[in-house]
Amino acid sequence: MEQIIQQLINGVSLGSIYALIALGYTMVYGILSLINFAHGEIYMIGAFVGYALTTFLGLGFIPSLLISMLVCSILGMIIEKIAYKPMRNSTRIAILITAISVSLFLQYTMVYFVGPETRTFPQVLESQRLNLFNGNVILDTKNIYIFLITVILMITLQFVVKKTKVGKAMRAVSLDKDAAELMGINVNKIISYTFAMGSALAGAAGVLVGIYYNTINPLMGAGPGLKAFVAAVLGGIGLIPGAVFGGFFLGITETLVSAFGGSVYKDAVAFAILIVILLVKPTGLLGKNLKEKV
Amino acid sequence: MMLELKNLNVYYGAIHALKSLNVNIDKGEIVTLIGANGAGKSTTLKTISGLLKPRTGEVIFDGKSIYNLSAPEIVKKGIVHVPEGRRIFSTMSVLENLEMGAFTKNNKTEIAEDIEKAYTYFPILKERREQLAGTLSGGEQQMLAIARGLMSRPKLILLDEPSMGLAPIIVNEIFNIIKTINKSGTTVLLVEQNANMALKIADRAYIIRTGEIELEGKAKDLLKDESVRKAYLEG
Repeated sequence: MEQIIQQLINGVSLGSIYALIALGYTMVYGILSLINFAHGEIYMIGAFVGYALTTFLGLGFIPSLLISMLVCSILGMIIEKIAYKPMRNSTRIAILITAISVSLFLQYTMVYFVGPETRTFPQVLESQRLNLFNGNVILDTKNIYIFLITVILMITLQFVVKKTKVGKAMRAVSLDKDAAELMGINVNKIISYTFAMGSALAGAAGVLVGIYYNTINPLMGAGPGLKAFVAAVLGGIGLIPGAVFGGFFLGITETLVSAFGGSVYKDAVAFAILIVILLVKPTGLLGKNLKEKV
Repeated sequence: MMLELKNLNVYYGAIHALKSLNVNIDKGEIVTLIGANGAGKSTTLKTISGLLKPRTGEVIFDGKSIYNLSAPEIVKKGIVHVPEGRRIFSTMSVLENLEMGAFTKNNKTEIAEDIEKAYTYFPILKERREQLAGTLSGGEQQMLAIARGLMSRPKLILLDEPSMGLAPIIVNEIFNIIKTINKSGTTVLLVEQNANMALKIADRAYIIRTGEIELEGKAKDLLKDESVRKAYLEG
């Protein structure tokens, strides 16, 4: 019993990180039907920006988090403008190849500049261990911070998408680009904002993962990027609640699988779940097939 | 003259969709563009609203050339296009759809007034304001599409097939509202396959065939015209 609780705590932290990354995948997919495979690299760069700010400038946790989010959102907009916008009317396979190229480009550009070795992320958060159940379950304050920050970011995102003019325009653009243009919505601007917001969340995930696992390297984006993509598809790609649900579901599943002796197979389990979902319910667990009225 | 299409040539790749099209609309008019499927009616509207760019020719609105402006800029100039098939935002509420119609506006009190005005034109939308637009009936969706278009306070509204797929009684209702909208000062360009209805409410009409204007004149006269009756009104 204690072991399950312990693993749930770990799973929620891992799931928070997956969910934050998955949100960016799902938002971009929702608006452009594009799988932005470079998204995992934005998360990696977010971690490195956080590392640089805390190590070299000695900034605290919150300023580092915010600056890293800002840097990533600008990076996301630049990637969109340079790599994806010229491809807007190309075939899907061409855009997919572009996305993979951007991903590799960012990975190896970082390897070139910072070297391939793993670095230690400084301990910028006071970590206290709370012993629960007579010390059988350890709740680190880091777990609490990660979860809280994830929840705050998600609530903010939800507010932006549901209540603000830009958020509503994002939904309109994702539903019907031509109709949105006819309303006077500048579709290119809205796409740019979507990349900015999704990338900011990935940047936050990067800093959080640095704090949680203490190590970062230029290739760290590939694995979690792919997992977060699985999470987004699992919940229903294009749906914001789907990404959150998928992220936590995957994080918790993975830690439970590891806990019960299957740590070698945890990735296999994640992708097996993806395959099953795609076979049984391709729209994802929260996805609906909305019938259109003609 | 409010809107002038001058020698407009529009292509879809190699297909010549509009051939030296000339259309004029005066302030305050209801003008209808009638023709068969594929004649170029929707293409004409898309060219005016900036979704399509002409290869040659001019679109002049209020004395200024607008064909090189983007669709959102054209909305700001005062032209709104209510597209064929309604194209409402199905998973957004009725109210949010109206808010999107006012995207180019920033004055909150004016937007609130315009929403109230839309509800007086279409009381059913007020009842359904929190409902998702996709759950409305076809007629209600068309009403929402028109109401959403009016939210930008257009000088000219382009309506593409507002009667499509609707029951006759609803079509009557929609056409009455088009007349009301026109009386309150908005110029209307109406594209229709339902030529009979369109000619009854319009001041003037153009008949378009394979991308060319075949005939133009007062709507009353065209309604009586033998060739028009044969081709578009009977059968």
